[in-house]
Amino acid sequence: MAQITLSKLAHSYAANPNAESDYALKEMDHVWQDGGAYALLGSSGCGKTTLLNIISGLVRPSHGRVLFGDLDVTDQETAARNIAQVFQFPVVYDTMTVRENLSFPLRNRGMDAAYIAGRVNQIAQMIGMEDILNRKARGLTADAKQKISLGRGMVREDVNAILFDEPLTVIDPHMKWELRTQLKQLHRQFGHTMIYVTHDQTEALTFADKVVVMYDGRVVQMGTPEELFETPAHTFVGYFIGSPGMNLLDATVSGTIAHLQGAEIALGAGYGPLKGRTQIGIRPEYCSLTDGAGLPITIRRVEDVGRHRIVRADLFGQPFNIIAAEGAGISPEMTRVAFAPGKISVYADDWRVAGGAV
Amino acid sequence: MTLELKSVSRSVQGRAHIRPTDLMLERGTMNVLLGPTLSGKTSLMRLMAGLDVPTTGQILWNGTDVTGQRVQDRKVAMVYQQFINYPAMSVYDNIASPLRLMGKSKAEIDRAVRETAELLKLTPMLARKPLELSGGQQQRCALARALVKGAGLVLLDEPLANLDYKLREELRVEIPRIFEASGAIFVYATTEPEEALLLGGNTATLWEGRVTQFGPTPKVYRLPADATTARVFSDPPMNFVPVVKSGHRLDFGGLAKAPAEGAHAALPDGRYLAGFRANHVTLDKHSGDAVELPCTVAVTEITGSESFLHLRHGAEKWVGLVHGVQDLAPGTAVNVYLNPTRIYLFDADGALVAPASYALAA
Amino acid sequence: MEKTQNNRAWFLVLPVLVIVAFSAVIPLMTVVNYSVNDTFGENEFFWNGLGWFEEMITSDRMHDALGRQVLFSAIILAIEVPLGIFIALNMPKKGFWASFGLVLMALPLLIPFNVVGTIWQIFGRVDIGLLGHALAAIGIDYNYTNDPLDAWITIIVMDVWHWTSLVALLCYAGLQSIPQAYYQAARIDQASRWSVFRFIELPKMAGVLLIAVLLRFMDSFMIYTEPFVVTGGGPGNSTTFLSIDLVKMAVGQFDLGPAAAFSIMYFLVILLVSWAFYTVMTALEKVETK
Repeated sequence: MAQITLSKLAHSYAANPNAESDYALKEMDHVWQDGGAYALLGSSGCGKTTLLNIISGLVRPSHGRVLFGDLDVTDQETAARNIAQVFQFPVVYDTMTVRENLSFPLRNRGMDAAYIAGRVNQIAQMIGMEDILNRKARGLTADAKQKISLGRGMVREDVNAILFDEPLTVIDPHMKWELRTQLKQLHRQFGHTMIYVTHDQTEALTFADKVVVMYDGRVVQMGTPEELFETPAHTFVGYFIGSPGMNLLDATVSGTIAHLQGAEIALGAGYGPLKGRTQIGIRPEYCSLTDGAGLPITIRRVEDVGRHRIVRADLFGQPFNIIAAEGAGISPEMTRVAFAPGKISVYADDWRVAGGAV
Repeated sequence: MTLELKSVSRSVQGRAHIRPTDLMLERGTMNVLLGPTLSGKTSLMRLMAGLDVPTTGQILWNGTDVTGQRVQDRKVAMVYQQFINYPAMSVYDNIASPLRLMGKSKAEIDRAVRETAELLKLTPMLARKPLELSGGQQQRCALARALVKGAGLVLLDEPLANLDYKLREELRVEIPRIFEASGAIFVYATTEPEEALLLGGNTATLWEGRVTQFGPTPKVYRLPADATTARVFSDPPMNFVPVVKSGHRLDFGGLAKAPAEGAHAALPDGRYLAGFRANHVTLDKHSGDAVELPCTVAVTEITGSESFLHLRHGAEKWVGLVHGVQDLAPGTAVNVYLNPTRIYLFDADGALVAPASYALAA
Repeated sequence: MEKTQNNRAWFLVLPVLVIVAFSAVIPLMTVVNYSVNDTFGENEFFWNGLGWFEEMITSDRMHDALGRQVLFSAIILAIEVPLGIFIALNMPKKGFWASFGLVLMALPLLIPFNVVGTIWQIFGRVDIGLLGHALAAIGIDYNYTNDPLDAWITIIVMDVWHWTSLVALLCYAGLQSIPQAYYQAARIDQASRWSVFRFIELPKMAGVLLIAVLLRFMDSFMIYTEPFVVTGGGPGNSTTFLSIDLVKMAVGQFDLGPAAAFSIMYFLVILLVSWAFYTVMTALEKVETK
């Protein structure tokens, strides 16, 4: 097991990259802790798969180095890197039994038979497949096959990292729950470094200790789920995390006040002069409908999602969402929205600006 | 306009794909088929479309029997999980293709294509080829082709399943709007409870080829007729625990007791299955009569604003969804609380015998 | 996948049925007619029951031809299938060389059968053939017109040259359908080259391979034109395969009755083997989609 260091890493598929737009991955410096659970989150085309392929050794980065521990592995092949990978679609050896599938990586490395038997049983128990160890993998359901892939990734104790490439894509929502928690438990038990690529915010947030949000070839924020939710460093993080995402409103900011079409909003923090496009952002969870204080709002629609309701509204002509608790009354007199104090973020040219003391 | 299924069933080689089903679908509401993979959503849609012939029963369109009628003779459109477009044609030609097949005039086609493209926000990419578009736009193109026909019945089979999370969120909001503008009966299959709730309208829950319940979506969600429906229509799945009701008490396996009130109190004494949803579990004792359930934490998952607690209560496995970041280490003993008004009671056969009282008020 | 029901679709098959009736069924019934009758010319026929069948089943001539035929098919399959797989595995998968390889492999398949025969007939001649002359020049005593072994080798090499491409191309198509993730997973598992072949490539090729074997078996079992052009069935009877013998009997000797009985049994053997293949294939498919 090892800490993963990305040093001045960048990648371009073009032979002679000049402009910044030639880079699929823009220069980054990161250290990922040994034993951490990381998620690479972003929409398709953001560079997350490229980054994963660089770590697995499938793609050689055009710039910078990759280190596992102190060892520079930039020029090493996949097989030499001692990693495991679980793919989007279950990759199992159809003609082998479940047991043979699980023991395959160990047998190839010439491990002792008694050790293999013990280890395979241990893994089988963990993924709940001890009853079907002697069945052929062919003919199993997609989620069972994906569990085998998972087990095959876990079976080696000495792997540097386990990489997951959208592993729950083909799994039913109900099974997703089970597999995801199982993964989390396995991580707790074994302490492997895990890197999980996904476009699904729920998967990323629930799985990872640290979520790496990628946008346009850049890591826009790396933080705990709580940090991403409370203080998104970039408007993209605000939009991408949360369902619906953060409300972003164009405003001018002076000192502790944001001016929005003549209305004033107290920010709870002080800001110096800002350059570029300034926006304020607030999560729908931190807004509430009132019949008294707040800004005037026009409600377009109320959606009942079961555990809460999403109020779709317009605030000064800009779309605005509010999350209301299940069972909370929404009366026609409620035509104003109030913001929870201290929950407003300020953005200049899409990047968050930290506020000073009032 | 109506589409009626009268005790329709289908079996293939002796295996029942769809058990006898009665459904009445009407125009003006979204009709959602909700169920896990292989529960029969697609089979049911194929029967509705006329792609398959039912083994028994009748399919009535506006009261007329269309059971054996070919799909070509019905006005049906279908959208699949995969983005199915003609790759060699531009978006414009893709949308126009069903109209050309119908032999419409050039002017008529042009008007219809532009209208539909506007509705689906495809106007700027009419000249492009489908493969040059993003996944979301490709699926919009497929949707446009289904809509432009003016079909009386539009079947959407998990149309958003292959899209990125955020794109799905955007299209999900738009679909009811698109559908309001069209005069067709819409049927939408999904595996996700939240998607069903967002689409609204009516929902039929499916399990193993059987429609377990059909009705207005929020009603099916809050008043599930049986434990199977409740399980299908909860994400995370509903939590269950066997209870004994005696007099004015519900006994949770000796570990906890709850007052039996309202509909619960009216039940005869005996054994029941209690069900409650993850989001009704709390970590703070909010009221005096809250049921205290001692649990151990198996694992916690934090989403930033909420936390999923995977709990063990004796042999029971539960999931709780609580507010805020609650980073509880595995193995931690924790008391969770449950408002008694959020408890559903099912009998031994799984039928709902007493709903949660809050659901009646909602 | 469930299919749409529409019984009117049967009408679309009608033209084919008519063509097949004229081109296959009616001639076949004529053959059946011949096989149970004897004739002494003048279009006079006498009922002979299963006489010809009995004669053919017990005839040494047919036994020998059948033996040669089975041996030939077995050798052909034993060489072409492994060789075809080997070539497919080593063909370039991407870029210019992939298309180049495909064209190169397809070339022998485009040449008419009798031309293939003529090419090899001349190629192998000791006096003017490139191969025959070259072999003679380096002191190898090679002459396919005199030596039965040389004749066999020539015909087998010719068939391998002509048809291995088909096996290779089919296998290549099977290999192309394997997602990259499988190879990557195997690399991560440190699977050997043999394991990759045994557990990934071979199972994924199994379906097309079976079709390739079936096609090559049927073709080689019915082979006529090429050996006929090269050796004419000789020297002696050493390369007289079933079809060559059949033509000799029917057209050469005008023994229509025995030839008809012979061809019906020939037909039944091929039918039987094809049926066996079909059964195995559908059974495999069932396992695949279960």
